[in-house]
Amino acid sequence: MQEHDMSWVRTEMALAQPAPARERGAYAWVRKNLIGSVGDIILTVVGIAIVLWVLPQVVNWAFINAVWTGPDRTVCTTAAQGGIQPDGWTGACWAFVNAKFGQFMFGTYPIEERWRPILVAILFVALLVPMLIPRVPRKGLNALLLFVALPVVAFFLLVGGVFGLPHVETPRWGGLLVTLSLSFVGIAVSLPMGILLALGRRSKMPIIKWLCIVFIETVRGIPLITVLFFASVMLPLFLPEGVSFDKYLRALIGVSLFAAAYMAEVIRGGLQAIPKGQYEGADSLGLGYWQKMGLIVLPQALKLVIPGIVNTFIGMLKDTSLVLIISMFDLLGVVKQNFADPNWATPQTPKSGLIFAAFVFWLFCFAMSRYSMYTERRLDTGYRR
Amino acid sequence: MKHIALGILGAAALGFTASAASAGTLDTVKQKGFIQCGVSTGLAGFSAPDDKGDWKGIDADFCRAVAAAVFGDATKVKFTPLSAKERFTALQSGEIDILSRNTTWTSNRDSALGLDFVGVTYYDGQGFMINAKKLPGVNSALQLSGAAVCVQSGTTTELNLADYFKKNKMEYNPVVFEKLEEVNAAYDAGRCDAYTTDQSGLYGIRLTLSSPADHVVLPEIISKEPLGPAVRQGDDQWAHIARWTYFALLNAEEAGVTQANVDEMKTSTDPNIQRLLGTEPDGKYGADLGLSNDFVVNIVKAVGNYGEMFERNVGSGSPLKIARGINALWTKGGLQYGPPIR
Amino acid sequence: MASQEILREEPSRGSFINDPRIRSLFFQTLVVILLFSSIWWIVHNVIENLQRLHIASGFGFLKSRAGFDISDTPIAYTSDSTYFRALVVGLLNTIIVAVAGIVLATVVGFTIGIGRLSQNWLIRKICTVYVEIFRNIPPLLVIFFWYSGVLAVLPAPRESIHLPFGSFLNQRGFYLPRVVWGDGSWLIGVALLLAIAMAWFVAHRARLRQKATGQQFPVFWTSVALIVGLPVLAFLLSGMPLTFDFPKQSTFNLTGGFWVKPEFLSLLLALSFYTAAFIAEIVRAGIRGVSRGQSEAAGALGLRSGPILRLVVIPQAMRIVIPPLTSQYLNLTKNSSLAIAIGYPDLTATAGTVLNQTGQAVEGVFIMMIAYLVLSLVTSFVMNIVNARMALVER
Repeated sequence: MQEHDMSWVRTEMALAQPAPARERGAYAWVRKNLIGSVGDIILTVVGIAIVLWVLPQVVNWAFINAVWTGPDRTVCTTAAQGGIQPDGWTGACWAFVNAKFGQFMFGTYPIEERWRPILVAILFVALLVPMLIPRVPRKGLNALLLFVALPVVAFFLLVGGVFGLPHVETPRWGGLLVTLSLSFVGIAVSLPMGILLALGRRSKMPIIKWLCIVFIETVRGIPLITVLFFASVMLPLFLPEGVSFDKYLRALIGVSLFAAAYMAEVIRGGLQAIPKGQYEGADSLGLGYWQKMGLIVLPQALKLVIPGIVNTFIGMLKDTSLVLIISMFDLLGVVKQNFADPNWATPQTPKSGLIFAAFVFWLFCFAMSRYSMYTERRLDTGYRR
Repeated sequence: MKHIALGILGAAALGFTASAASAGTLDTVKQKGFIQCGVSTGLAGFSAPDDKGDWKGIDADFCRAVAAAVFGDATKVKFTPLSAKERFTALQSGEIDILSRNTTWTSNRDSALGLDFVGVTYYDGQGFMINAKKLPGVNSALQLSGAAVCVQSGTTTELNLADYFKKNKMEYNPVVFEKLEEVNAAYDAGRCDAYTTDQSGLYGIRLTLSSPADHVVLPEIISKEPLGPAVRQGDDQWAHIARWTYFALLNAEEAGVTQANVDEMKTSTDPNIQRLLGTEPDGKYGADLGLSNDFVVNIVKAVGNYGEMFERNVGSGSPLKIARGINALWTKGGLQYGPPIR
Repeated sequence: MASQEILREEPSRGSFINDPRIRSLFFQTLVVILLFSSIWWIVHNVIENLQRLHIASGFGFLKSRAGFDISDTPIAYTSDSTYFRALVVGLLNTIIVAVAGIVLATVVGFTIGIGRLSQNWLIRKICTVYVEIFRNIPPLLVIFFWYSGVLAVLPAPRESIHLPFGSFLNQRGFYLPRVVWGDGSWLIGVALLLAIAMAWFVAHRARLRQKATGQQFPVFWTSVALIVGLPVLAFLLSGMPLTFDFPKQSTFNLTGGFWVKPEFLSLLLALSFYTAAFIAEIVRAGIRGVSRGQSEAAGALGLRSGPILRLVVIPQAMRIVIPPLTSQYLNLTKNSSLAIAIGYPDLTATAGTVLNQTGQAVEGVFIMMIAYLVLSLVTSFVMNIVNARMALVER
């Protein structure tokens, strides 16, 4: 038999044929993604119609016709309304936002003292950024500084009354300062409370377990407004004569209680995800309850639920806008309060103000939700076997 | 349980507590060095923050007057903005020392809510405002049957409205909001045909509408709204101080003592003015109230007399341009009557 | 970490305090004592404060005359009604907006969620933009937007937009002709009930037959025919007792007819569009959670794409979807309390007004809490039943 008598065998792989022309390039993309079938064509047409209908209006209103600077309402009103714009003009009144920007950020915090919240914000960012980047070492110290040291420093800086800083009482706080400080302190307080509640809910002691369940389910079952009403109207009646809380503190208590219940459920999810072997392993090493939880279970569980915690934080940031109902002035509250200013009362003011507030909230929440997705992906790969 | 303990801990540690025992508000106020004053969240002419966050208006000035009487310094006052719902609990719980927030004096509030009204700093009445351009031919509230009426919730206004339409056998749809800004915005957007609140308020609100000239205030006044400051029940001394601050403002106007001439007036030989300004040789009217004898001088220096306060905030000196009307002194045919200091 | 500090305080081992049972008993007794003493402390303070401030207490006020009017009243209510009735009106309004919101949010949410997985690039992007915008702004803002938007876009009552069937749209709301039931119209109701019962029976029999013989029966069309046909038949037979009350123009507004107010409309739209963004994400996650192998296997069995979606993918996706969907429904119900900001008289708003008129804050807040808790529990209960029916039955 001759070696080469066999039918021809190819020794090297054939090169892949290029895809047919109709499967490549822009046309193929369009065909696949936009006009795949009759239904698709209809959807595309509808989609284009929506975009064409919405986009020009938005761009016109928000950018082209918008007024960016100006001293008072005249720049944002038409001639008929007593302003300088031609009749039929509509456009965003960013001049209003521009003029009130300081108030939107700090409320009525005294102007000469505004460096204090700015300094706090800088410290916050300086501590937060390394916390968020996984590669930066010394997370424990960082967390300690961020969640323990920073609130103390921030408290003395913002409230004042010591080290020669003038006292700034909380009714003068407002705007983004209130929104961010309420939600940040709320999360810092609700995290340990949530851990305790979650542990309590999984406890073997029936009374503690039931108390935690009742607390968590009650708070989760009622709207935040009711909790805030409770804090603002009823709390004063609960306290003995002569003791009363600052309104800011009352809102803080309400928001923290509320967040703690949600946090507890998030953490409970993490606790449940830890395999039973971890608990049993800890038991077999002879660790006590707190050792088992503190050294073995919680470090794993908390790491698992970071996305959940960030999502709770997003929810909290959004929820702080409700404090305007108990007449505190967070970002949304200050914006709405300024609609009443006769100097800036125009038909465009409310729209512009609300969109500005929405944009600020959106910026924070969107950034955080992206971060939460990022950690989710990172943790996901870490645990996949 | 946890939260209360936490709250107290937090409050104690953070120094947030504002102690306000009911026995001796004056002492507590003196001790902490300022008066905590409850105002509205923003009603032009009565209490509204200006661009710099300083509170302006009759109600705010009244608190300044009390501060001037107590400390001789009108700046020793801090303002707490309150919604209609929160105002009473805030006073009851001691969060504020005096409620000066265009609040109507009613028997129920004086009794069941634990308030003690000091006097009537502004005699008001509830009225209606309509857009005359959209509703030509409507010139009386009695033509409003079937109208949608914007009103703020949690006020006597809401109750008067229901009573008025019921009494006149007319129908209406209430459109009720929590906050004044929201009512204003909804009315301005055309959600309602009519807007009802205290007449003084209507004039202030008209200014903030997109075309003020289109709107008219109807002539009917459907209720009595005596607006005045209130203090907690059960502290007579503090109530007296607030009450006589108010009377001092009236008496100063009656005697012709103004912010400008108060120093000259101190040399006056008129025994009435001497008693008022504490220059009478052995008068101690101020000291008897727990104040300094020249407390009226401090008040008038700080905020002027009642007339000046009125004109500056809601009258001819303000954009509201409300006439004195029944708020004129009794000597000029109004209702403002200050019992004598003697 | 907090637990590490506590760890040092642990008592030394080797005594009876180390017995877990005794320790747990001790801790629990301690907690109970603490709890009761703080409850006692609070109650004591409340009673003392109320007495000192001369504030009335008790639920007696519920029987007194309310004195204020409410704009949306599903049941008869005037200013002469009691506070209790005012609260009931508020509760009903909350329920109405919550139920309508849940339905609308589910429809919009599912549409957007499926849209995010669409083949069509443009639709996918539009849906993504929608979700990312609405998810990241506070619901209160969404409500303000809708409200000012609705009021700004619609015309004044005198320039109402005429819609078909004698309905009108203007700033004061949406006016529809109201159905007036005449004599004998009960027959229609009976016919409807009968039709539903028959449709259920047909479906049941069809399922049995399919199991036994494999033959299919057009259940859907039969049911539609029954449910539409029978009431129409009854309507014709009973001599057409229905009349319509059309809205008419009067001095200020339109009168007559059925009237949906802009507050309700914008609250409903805001709540459902906000919640829909979350539901869309849940639906997307649910559908992607069904492994591809499932639909490929179904395809291999010869099912077409419609039945694959209906019989294979959606039932499995629903298992993933329902638990988070329940919490979104709960959130929507709770968020309906934001109605207070735009003047829709829901429970929070009416209870707030009652609380303010009577000054009885403790009772008012207590009633609010109980009412919302009951609503939440009922929603959870219903959704748990649905969930149990959907859950995987493993063999």
